[in-house]
Amino acid sequence: MTAVMGTPMKRKEDPKLLTGEGKFVDDIQVPGQLWMGMVRSTMAHANIKGIDTSAAAQMPGVHSVYTGSELADMDLWIAPLPCVWPVTPDMLNPPHYPVAAETAHHVGDIVAVVLADSRYEAADAAEQVVVDYEVLPVVASLADAVAGEKLAHQDLGTNQAYHWALEPAPEAVEAAFASAVHTVKGEFVQQRLIPAAMEPRGVLAVPSPHGGELTIYSSTQVPHILKVMFAATTGIPEQKIRVIAPAVGGGFGAKLNVNPDELLAVTLANRLGRAVRWTETRSEAAFSTHQGRGQHQTIEIAADAEGKIQAVRVHLNADMGAYMMLITPGVPVLGSFLYTGVYNVPAFGFTCDGYFTNLTPTDAYRGAGRPEASYAIERAMDMLAAEVGVGPEEIRRRNYLAGGEAFEDLETASTLVFDSGHYGPNLDAALEMAGYSDLLAQQQARRDAGDKKELGIGLCTYVEICGLAPSRALAGLNYGAGGWEAGTVRLLPTGKVEVVSGSTPHGQGHETSWSQIVADKLGIDPNDVTVLHSDTAISPLGLDTYGSRSLSVGGVAIAMACDKVIDKAKQIAAHQLEANLDDLTFEGGSFSVKGSPDKALAIQEIAFGAFTAHNLPDGMEPNLNEQVIFDPPNFAFPFGTHVAVVEVDTDTGGTTLLDYIAVDDCGNQVNPMIVEGQIHGGIVQGVAQALYEVAEYDADGNCKNPSFLDYLVPSPTELPNIKTGFTTTPSTSNPLGVKGAGEAGTIGSAAAVINAVCNALKPYGVNDIEMPATPMRVWQAINEGSQG
Amino acid sequence: MTVNGEVRSADVEPRTLLVHHLRDVLGLTGTNVGCDTSSCGACTIHIDGESVKSCTMLAVQARGANITTIEGMATNGELHPMQAAFMECHGLQCGYCTPGMVMAATSLLKENPNPSETEVRIGLEGNLCRCTGYHNIVKSVLTAAGGAA
Ligand code: FES
Ligand code: FES
Repeated sequence: MTAVMGTPMKRKEDPKLLTGEGKFVDDIQVPGQLWMGMVRSTMAHANIKGIDTSAAAQMPGVHSVYTGSELADMDLWIAPLPCVWPVTPDMLNPPHYPVAAETAHHVGDIVAVVLADSRYEAADAAEQVVVDYEVLPVVASLADAVAGEKLAHQDLGTNQAYHWALEPAPEAVEAAFASAVHTVKGEFVQQRLIPAAMEPRGVLAVPSPHGGELTIYSSTQVPHILKVMFAATTGIPEQKIRVIAPAVGGGFGAKLNVNPDELLAVTLANRLGRAVRWTETRSEAAFSTHQGRGQHQTIEIAADAEGKIQAVRVHLNADMGAYMMLITPGVPVLGSFLYTGVYNVPAFGFTCDGYFTNLTPTDAYRGAGRPEASYAIERAMDMLAAEVGVGPEEIRRRNYLAGGEAFEDLETASTLVFDSGHYGPNLDAALEMAGYSDLLAQQQARRDAGDKKELGIGLCTYVEICGLAPSRALAGLNYGAGGWEAGTVRLLPTGKVEVVSGSTPHGQGHETSWSQIVADKLGIDPNDVTVLHSDTAISPLGLDTYGSRSLSVGGVAIAMACDKVIDKAKQIAAHQLEANLDDLTFEGGSFSVKGSPDKALAIQEIAFGAFTAHNLPDGMEPNLNEQVIFDPPNFAFPFGTHVAVVEVDTDTGGTTLLDYIAVDDCGNQVNPMIVEGQIHGGIVQGVAQALYEVAEYDADGNCKNPSFLDYLVPSPTELPNIKTGFTTTPSTSNPLGVKGAGEAGTIGSAAAVINAVCNALKPYGVNDIEMPATPMRVWQAINEGSQG
Repeated sequence: MTVNGEVRSADVEPRTLLVHHLRDVLGLTGTNVGCDTSSCGACTIHIDGESVKSCTMLAVQARGANITTIEGMATNGELHPMQAAFMECHGLQCGYCTPGMVMAATSLLKENPNPSETEVRIGLEGNLCRCTGYHNIVKSVLTAAGGAA
């Protein structure tokens, strides 16, 4: 067997998905199923005075209609929807039930639910439900929430949910600012984003009325977490619940929640003894699925005469939306550690205030806190470069951790220990690939010629925290779960291999990458490996997929399980070959005795022997079936340098992304083709934030652009090809030396693009543009001279 | 109507969208629904050889039509060259946009067998993908067209 790790093996997942054989939740039908139609509040903040369901109940195909108060009286749940990340002990967390019985707190809050025989009939009947609202004042923006004149939750008496601080050395920060030669201050808006996975969310809950079991199909990233949470919120015994995530059409964080619709389906199916289902429509998603970002950031840097950073100080206001969802309050906290970026920052301070608004709740969206952090520090570094009078590449070089040299296990000012890094050569590689000096010359040539189309070049060196996570580190952040992952490797009697993965894919290609790891370890053909996942009955232990953790935690668990299999197989080989353990070598899938090459046993033969158990060492359990639950000692910190090249038409304000160069370092790679794909997709989501996307709300708290007609998910025409390159700095956090690549692109790209736009507009005195940099905003900035 | 070479007939409610008829009645769930504004292209199929977003049509309007869905693309267990190119070039991740992309791309090449990169991008403007950033989708289509990517 030649090595398969590190090769661009074609994906095992593809044939099914390419032929329509892949089954997403909405593709699965069960007899007798009832469709839920949601009656959602059309008011952002209102008391529910009454609900008339009589017309709806008469509609064809309708089975039943329940109002919020009727559901509340049915004792369907024993606890509100969970928030597992209460970041401070005194954090406010108003109870959030699947249906609002008395008061709706955002447009889209479910106030009643219809059950009907078909999706059309459910939707029709839901429209016939008449709700009488008493409208309350609406907190329609983060600014409204901070102003505090109106309350998002009247009974709380305040909009502020928490104050969280990471201030390891406040005096040092003060002193650094007092003695700084240069200071810069950036104020940035992280607009709300709609995650927009192409498959809308959906759920199908299938009861077994006599056995008491419930099988739940969900378009989710987190079947294992759902199982626990369904039990904890409904009181249905956990061992009776089976959650299956079939093919899942993208997640990006939007599918890691425990949602009201799912809890309704689960509890109603359980109560009625009939299958209950729901599939989100796209225009509904802006109200029914959490959104991302929603922060106002203030970042200040103090530096000496050469531009060397002395301190970084950050304050955030963060928009929680109407309720705390699963990890809503933790998203800005997760980002807090990255506001020092890749730089040597002697003193650091961070504070964050979380606020409620009457808008769709926020929660994790690709990068979750870390793109925001990277954006702020990387924008501020460009401001510092301008202040000091050096180029953006030079200011970065002067400040890289370890002077841009290779390091391992380095403690940073934000209290984390970075596993490994080597930033200098990574920047060099990106500048070279981009042809940086040529680009600067072209920019100057255009300016000299008076070209109305300005060229802008933007840099960003990002770092991210991934591989969530060491369980103890999560405990320190008051996160309600651990960060381990489980992997099982099982040799079948015929010598084929089944792998059970705790982490759950939704496009990342786990089946392929895990097969490569196992094939490489065991010296077998990757096509002899099948990877089982995403079903709590098949893979009972897992903590699922988010935070770029699959490979660096789950993939590592599988590699370690292979090692355990090999260790046991070796003992069997020694026993059967009558050789000393120390005299055995394992190569190419076969154990042989040093010096007598004819004495050999293939791992497949040992598997059969372990199955028959006829001739095993005394006391050894039959079979080769090993599980490892890996809890990493540290996070992993991938990094990279991105270069965006834009053209800004100063007549129209239109920005075109001409070229994008990304040199990433995610440690060792299992499948570079998959890594590259992750980087591409991530970059485009960051570019989309920089140039196109924003969930816009009016003063009444209505989302103005919920559908794909006005919410501008980029199409192929808006984008160039992406040039990718890699450096390799293995992680010290796991034995494979791998990091993570799922969020990296998004974490680097928004800052690179906006740095490029600002770079293009430097001659016009523009030093900042709010995202998304629409033609209107750019044009105004040019004509007003400055936005910053 | 003829679907993937088989004659299929059914009584349909006048308002049933073609995509729901294909999925819910005929069980051809490869064709996906990604939006409700005819914006995403996940539902793209071929009608009489032309690509059509099947959410923009009522099932009754397809009476007598010759329809090909993603399930009809591979023959005798062999992927269609466009499907093979997507696999070769990693043109899919979650695979949700993929059936629509493959259908749209196939009809694009029928109209323009040797497109430039820009022509591919313009030709697929009506198909959204959230995973791939399009780079590898464009590469797949150019590969299927026989050009170097
Ligand atoms: S579902 Fe037809 S275009 Fe989106
Ligand atoms: S592959 Fe996921 S949407 Fe295109």
